[in-house]
Amino acid sequence: MKSLKFLNACLVILLAAANVRADSLLITDGMVFAGDDSPTSRQDILIIDGRIEAVGERLAIDDADSVIDAAGRPVTPAFFAGITATGLSEIGMVYEAVDSRLSGLYTGLIHPEFDVRPAYNPHSSVVPVTRVEGYGYTLLVASPGDRTISGQGSLVRLDGGYDSFEGRTTLFINVDGYSGNKLGSSRAAHWMLLESVFEELSTDDDDLTLITPRGKDTLQAARRDGLFVFRANRASDILQALAFGAKHRLRVVISGAQEAWMVREQLAAAGVPVVINALDNLPGSFDGLGARLDNAALLNEAGVTVLFTSGETQNARKLRQVAGNAVANGFPYLAAIEAMTSLPAEIFGGSPKMIAPGLTADLVIWSGDPLDVTSAADHVILAGKPDSMKSRQTQLLKRYLPEDAGLGRAYIAP
Amino acid sequence: MLKYVPLVTLLFCFLAGRTYAEAFPSTYSAPSASPILLTNATVLDGTGKRLDNTDIYLANGAVVWVGLGESAPDATVVDATNLWVTPGLIDVHSHLGVYPSPGVAAHSDGNEATAPVTAEVWAEHSIWPQDPGFTRALAGGVTAMQILPGSANLCGGRGVTLKNVPSLSYQGMKFPDAPHGLKMACGENPKRVYGNRDQSPSTRMGNLAAYRSAWIRAQRYQADWDRYNEAVADAATNDSEDADGTSVADALLTNTPPRRDLELETLAGALRGDILVHMHCYRADEMLTILDMAEEFGYRVGTFHHGVEAYKVADKLAENGVCGALWADWWGFKIEAYDGIQENIALVDRPEGGCAIVHSDSDEGIQRLNQEAAKAMTRGNRAGLDIPPERAIRWITANAAKSLGIDSVTGTLEPGKMADVVVWNQDPFSVYAKPLQVYIDGTLRYEHGNSAFNPESDFELGQLLGAAQ
Repeated sequence: MKSLKFLNACLVILLAAANVRADSLLITDGMVFAGDDSPTSRQDILIIDGRIEAVGERLAIDDADSVIDAAGRPVTPAFFAGITATGLSEIGMVYEAVDSRLSGLYTGLIHPEFDVRPAYNPHSSVVPVTRVEGYGYTLLVASPGDRTISGQGSLVRLDGGYDSFEGRTTLFINVDGYSGNKLGSSRAAHWMLLESVFEELSTDDDDLTLITPRGKDTLQAARRDGLFVFRANRASDILQALAFGAKHRLRVVISGAQEAWMVREQLAAAGVPVVINALDNLPGSFDGLGARLDNAALLNEAGVTVLFTSGETQNARKLRQVAGNAVANGFPYLAAIEAMTSLPAEIFGGSPKMIAPGLTADLVIWSGDPLDVTSAADHVILAGKPDSMKSRQTQLLKRYLPEDAGLGRAYIAP
Repeated sequence: MLKYVPLVTLLFCFLAGRTYAEAFPSTYSAPSASPILLTNATVLDGTGKRLDNTDIYLANGAVVWVGLGESAPDATVVDATNLWVTPGLIDVHSHLGVYPSPGVAAHSDGNEATAPVTAEVWAEHSIWPQDPGFTRALAGGVTAMQILPGSANLCGGRGVTLKNVPSLSYQGMKFPDAPHGLKMACGENPKRVYGNRDQSPSTRMGNLAAYRSAWIRAQRYQADWDRYNEAVADAATNDSEDADGTSVADALLTNTPPRRDLELETLAGALRGDILVHMHCYRADEMLTILDMAEEFGYRVGTFHHGVEAYKVADKLAENGVCGALWADWWGFKIEAYDGIQENIALVDRPEGGCAIVHSDSDEGIQRLNQEAAKAMTRGNRAGLDIPPERAIRWITANAAKSLGIDSVTGTLEPGKMADVVVWNQDPFSVYAKPLQVYIDGTLRYEHGNSAFNPESDFELGQLLGAAQ
């Protein structure tokens, strides 16, 4: 019975594939940024069945069901929205609508196995609010809770799917002064616990005291092919994270990294990428006395891979302004485009986010320079499908833009 | 008797006019600077005009002329070809100094969150002038700003307007003759802070009851002073007829002056309009309720701050002459900020008499008010409103000055105004724009890339010595 159902299902899919002509979309005359550091060129992009079929000059229009004339506007892969709690946090201070952190669970154990992905809600209003601004994916964060290891997340495509996760399992670990102050009154307590936790990876399950067997499995799996994002700003903390990563053979990423420029040679030598907010230029804490606007530029010059994050979830769309400011302070323009498109996917193990034949067509047509504050996304195309470009906010605008409210705004259905 | 009369007169002036010696007066004065001639600039003058290939002459701390005029032979000439010139930027909502960097607990001086009405506190008494945030804001072109108490309280206390000049004291930064602000707050914050302590207010209706009770006390306080002042003034009138000073002396002796009350002094000042009301309020319905309350007590709300839903009541704000000091895109951090849209500022700007302001409430945002304004302008234009840069610049200059009651002296580049001026490397409405020079009262206070004009706070001096550079 079961196998019969399965056969039926297969038959339906096959018939569908045979009878329906592949969906195709042609974007003409785009100023195409491939998503790496190659120079731009005016080209057409043909998309068939959600994938980029061809990129070139004067592709034949009659091949396509629909055409969007980019008219020289910039076209990029859909942007990375940074490390966010998109779909995990509807409203920052409505705590019952925030699922990105583990805290107040009084087991006394560290729970690396805490995974935010089951809490992801693709229908959160934050998803379309972010998507219509040209963002196609983000790294879901396990936010700092009350444990040294916050838990795990991964990339998610902002296509509205329930399970659009991709990439490597990513563990989030806090070793900064702020969380150190809350944990054992010293950031050294983090290193003490982390060393003990990693010692338990070679302990029998019955003898575990800091983690559960599932936590142990999580860490072992992440050590095999996942990533460890250490949140650290102070130069000395960053070096500790590098040393810890080397000792335990971890794939390390540093987030925060305000003083990364001070240890850029070591970061470059270790091949460890950083995720920074390029707007950070104040000594907001004693961890960030060295915060400066050209952090990104200095790191890049030294050969360190730089990604960006804004620290925002609801307003994650601000990230391209962050990248623009990095460029305004010496970071190379194409490196910024790369950091906003293909690089995060490469580092966190997602499907390639570039404009090249054979790849999923997640791309954006911009009204102007995508890193400037005077531009916006005109079209967002995910898996070859033009987005409706609607969000709660676009609907609110349509309701309140007319000067005549008629019977009342509640009667204006955009 | 001769000696007695001046004393009486002095007392009279002191009490009747309530012109106490100005408390904590400004000690700021602009150093003398040589005249400056900026030539061939693109000027957004803050009045709504754009002037291309234009010269501006600054002397004696003031804008002398824009366009054509005479300049002194010793004027410093700055070739501003391909550069843009705007008035100094003004932030109506900052917590620099009261929530400074580094943000350690002992620096958290912005909210006297011990009672829902603390109109008696003055933000200036919390300001740490060594906050490195001031220097960063200067590099972003900010020449004046209002430092406000936080929003934990219904009436959080007085705000103060500062010139963005490095000083050992806030008095050395205090904007001469600028009125104080009264920071008030609607909605979630006060009711959360006090409700969580099982105190009133714990609801929005509790908020309203507490504001109104405070205004009633302030009205009584004002009436007590009015009665006393009238008695003294009447005596003075009689006195001028018999001219021996006894009536005034009698009046002063028989009418005990009301006891000064710092809390009610601030609230009464707001009722009289001497102190400008700055009201933190997100929701459209709450703003309308507050306007009704202002009507009930006969005061004016000067500016709604944050106003994430201001676009829903933009016409009402314009009708009432109330400014909206808003963010370009921040939203969703709490439910009263859930309906934020990026066209908010442009829509508040739309009606005749609309007064839109881009504010920061942030040590990051204050450094990039031009970028925030650019985002808001772009969104307005995409929605079909026609907003050129010369209009949008008013959101961070002239309109902000109006909100702070300093528009007669700064906020535009009209002759006679303070020479608070920013020279930009390009059109300021861009992520790539940077101030090259910032003048305050005609004195160069910041110059990009010139260490002689990049002030550094004591806090930052000598940090990270020996670290890799």
